[in-house]
Amino acid sequence: MKYTLTPQRYLILLAVMLTASVGDTLLSRGMAQVGAVDFHHLNRLWHALFNPFVASGILLLIGFFASYMTALSWADLTFVMPATAFGYVVVALLSRFWLHEHLSIYRWAGIVLIVSAVGFVAGGPSRTEHPSHLDLMDSGAGR
Amino acid sequence: MIPTTPTTTPTSLLHTWSAILSVAGLAIAGEVLIAGAMRRLGDLDLLRTGPGLRGYLGPTRAVLSSPLFLMGALCMALNFFAMLYTLSIVDLSLAAPATASLTFIGNATAAKIFLRENVDRRRWLAVLFVCVGVVLLAQ
Repeated sequence: MKYTLTPQRYLILLAVMLTASVGDTLLSRGMAQVGAVDFHHLNRLWHALFNPFVASGILLLIGFFASYMTALSWADLTFVMPATAFGYVVVALLSRFWLHEHLSIYRWAGIVLIVSAVGFVAGGPSRTEHPSHLDLMDSGAGR
Repeated sequence: MIPTTPTTTPTSLLHTWSAILSVAGLAIAGEVLIAGAMRRLGDLDLLRTGPGLRGYLGPTRAVLSSPLFLMGALCMALNFFAMLYTLSIVDLSLAAPATASLTFIGNATAAKIFLRENVDRRRWLAVLFVCVGVVLLAQ
């Protein structure tokens, strides 16, 4: 029972899902305002940091980083990964039910695939247990 | 007749994909390094030094003094600027699903090799579903 998730841990995974997707959306909107950056105008990247959309996107991504690292301290990388992918579903559903955009059949199929991927992984253990040397010695002694 | 030169040059295929590949490569390196650092540190709640906000000093200090984490954070910072650059030359509808799918496949492979995670059939299937799902969502 060592690796079952507490409600608090589910909240952390929820934060991982939401902050990444909303943060990325804010960044892309901000960068659309800043305009194209090329190698001769790399200083534009610095100015981009002061765009309100880019700045709030960065703030959310810092929150994402903190919750993501907390999740990685008690779960496998391959367990947390589908949770981050679920963020794309959040963005698609937000655009459908909040912005009333049309979702094509392809997008619905994509949503179903990602949701089932999260289901597969969530059904398994959250952490790979490596037998320690002591455990190995114990099992050898028991034979 | 003089051929008209286009006002904006379209980004070449090589340019586009090398930008996307470097974003994915930096993300994979960063995430695997950070996951390795967090695995070594263990449950952050156990490192808390007390109640309230000050209790987070312990975990913060432990994370910031981990060399693996610092290398991973450097990769993530480079990934962030590479992504900003990529978004300025490639449409989000191509850049987002392409970098996401490549990062998922790369992460699962790297997690198996370097972190020795048990990537069983269930998790490979999830990686595959996520990749196809992300591409479909971008349609």
